[in-house]
Amino acid sequence: MSIKSKSIETKKKISKDERLKRISRFRILLNRPELGALGGSILVFIFFGLVAGDTGMFSAYGMMNFLEVSANLGIIAIAAAMLMIGGEFDLSIGSMIGFAGICIAIPAIYWGWPLWMSIIFAFSMAVLVGYFNGILVVRTGLPSFIVTLAMLFILRGATLAITRLITGRTQVPGLRVLIENDPIAWIFAADTFKWLFTWLGSMGLIALRQDGTPLATGVPASVLWWIGLTILATWILMKTRYGNWIFASGGDKHGARNVGVPVDRVKIGLFIGTAVASTIFACVQVLDAGSADTMRGTLKELEAIAAAVVGGCLLTGGYGSAIGAAFGALIFGTVSMGIFYTDVDTDWFKVFLGGMMLIAVIFNNYIRRKVTENK
Amino acid sequence: MSNYLVEFNNISKFFGKVIALKDVTMKLKKGEIMCLLGDNGAGKSTLIKTLSGVHKPDEGEIIVEGKKTIFASPKDALDMGIATVYQDLALVSLMSVTRNFFMGREPQKGLPGLKTFDIDKANEIASERMGQIGIDVRDPSQAVGTMSGGERQCLAISRAIYFGAKVLILDEPTSALGVHQASVVLKYIVKAASQGLGVILITHNVHHAYPVGNRFTVLNRGKSLGTYSKKDISREKLLSMMAGGEELSKLEVELKEMDRISKI
Repeated sequence: MSIKSKSIETKKKISKDERLKRISRFRILLNRPELGALGGSILVFIFFGLVAGDTGMFSAYGMMNFLEVSANLGIIAIAAAMLMIGGEFDLSIGSMIGFAGICIAIPAIYWGWPLWMSIIFAFSMAVLVGYFNGILVVRTGLPSFIVTLAMLFILRGATLAITRLITGRTQVPGLRVLIENDPIAWIFAADTFKWLFTWLGSMGLIALRQDGTPLATGVPASVLWWIGLTILATWILMKTRYGNWIFASGGDKHGARNVGVPVDRVKIGLFIGTAVASTIFACVQVLDAGSADTMRGTLKELEAIAAAVVGGCLLTGGYGSAIGAAFGALIFGTVSMGIFYTDVDTDWFKVFLGGMMLIAVIFNNYIRRKVTENK
Repeated sequence: MSNYLVEFNNISKFFGKVIALKDVTMKLKKGEIMCLLGDNGAGKSTLIKTLSGVHKPDEGEIIVEGKKTIFASPKDALDMGIATVYQDLALVSLMSVTRNFFMGREPQKGLPGLKTFDIDKANEIASERMGQIGIDVRDPSQAVGTMSGGERQCLAISRAIYFGAKVLILDEPTSALGVHQASVVLKYIVKAASQGLGVILITHNVHHAYPVGNRFTVLNRGKSLGTYSKKDISREKLLSMMAGGEELSKLEVELKEMDRISKI
């Protein structure tokens, strides 16, 4: 029984010991992955508030402008962030956007399919591409960087070749007439809250056109997708078993596998997620422009990854947040549009983007060291 | 019905021409700590993997609670209550204590088809379980990376017990730890055994094994040098049985010789 009494002694000793090592509130706050992006967003708004506050950037019209750009990027950044938390990259996001656009346009224009059917077709292709990416990474054990880099070229090339083969050119216009009366196209194309904007216009609170309709006609559908996907992704990550599996798969796939997490299934699911998000992006863009272009989405994969990193995702996986990625996209969208309202030449935008990403990576690295090496 | 929790009889494992294990026999009773000792390369890792269902033995039989069984996979072994805590512990340092504790086996609530991870219940259980070992996690959402090596080891063991382990196979649980941390972990292992678990403790450190073990099996070059009860064997004897034992005594002789020569 001497063992038992001893163990009680150690109990007290250990708990005392622990109290000394307790982490401070400041560090708990720092440990939230989205903190950096949230702070960055606030700084960006303060900056443009001071520099461009009276230029119309923050009018209803101006706001819808930069929110739409942020939202488009946000849709793919959230999916890219979830995949990064799961420990993988997808460099084929941009090519998938172009491919999905063509998957919508060619059947609708050249094969006479109803628009809704070609949209469903595009999503089915996305699931296939995502599944293929996932199964290739999981089965071969190759870095997803290489596998999806190959897919970046394959998809872009196939998009170009197939489009030219069928249409003889690289653009497919003429979708606008099909949008009206289509049962599902409005999900991606319609302005929402029109009544609110009409009312605000009639009250004289927002700018009107010559004919009396408000300049900003409503909230673009992509903004609602952006918000909706952020909520969905955050719910999955924080509140479901699948979310725990994503963190575990990215944090330590061997450990996760040893305790029964279906790591392969999780990763394949996340690759399907990025491909589907790219297709949502494509739907929004194609239905907004009324045409598809084979070069759409070029370099979008890198912007999505940059937004995810600014949002607190570690490049090594296992850590990050969807809310962070959404804010990362907001920063980029706001700056890319806001720069037009300032005297700064727009050429500087990419310098900002790169600089922001560098700061974020250094910051994230510091956080990771704090979290893992604080023994 | 045998009174052993688990028996491994005449286990052999070959990799091509290499004989990794030959005729190793181990039996484990409830509440017993059986120490498996061996130097590096003695076949400990192969034996663990065979016991936990990663490798299938080429010869011999595994009997769990009187029934002869074959482990098709590690999950099979786990389902029969044989849990292995590997050296890497299967913990993710960036994840919280709770999320690690329930990794892969998260409690759920809500409607079928729309179930959510019951994080409150999970936090409560994780705190309670860690409290029982004397580790006070006031905030179960803190990252495992902030815990000490001994605490992590205890977390991994505690998790295995919570999820119904009857037999715990511990792979070098003290090898990476300092003296104080190691003693904390060893005390917890004794406590677990006193609650009726069978423990197989794999180590190359006799000083850690001897105080807590009931019986000792020494492995050398893939063969068992026999199993001894504590009363039948001394710490020094155990040490010399492990490979390197003779070398150490030879070294001692040589040193004495040098000492003698220098005195002359």
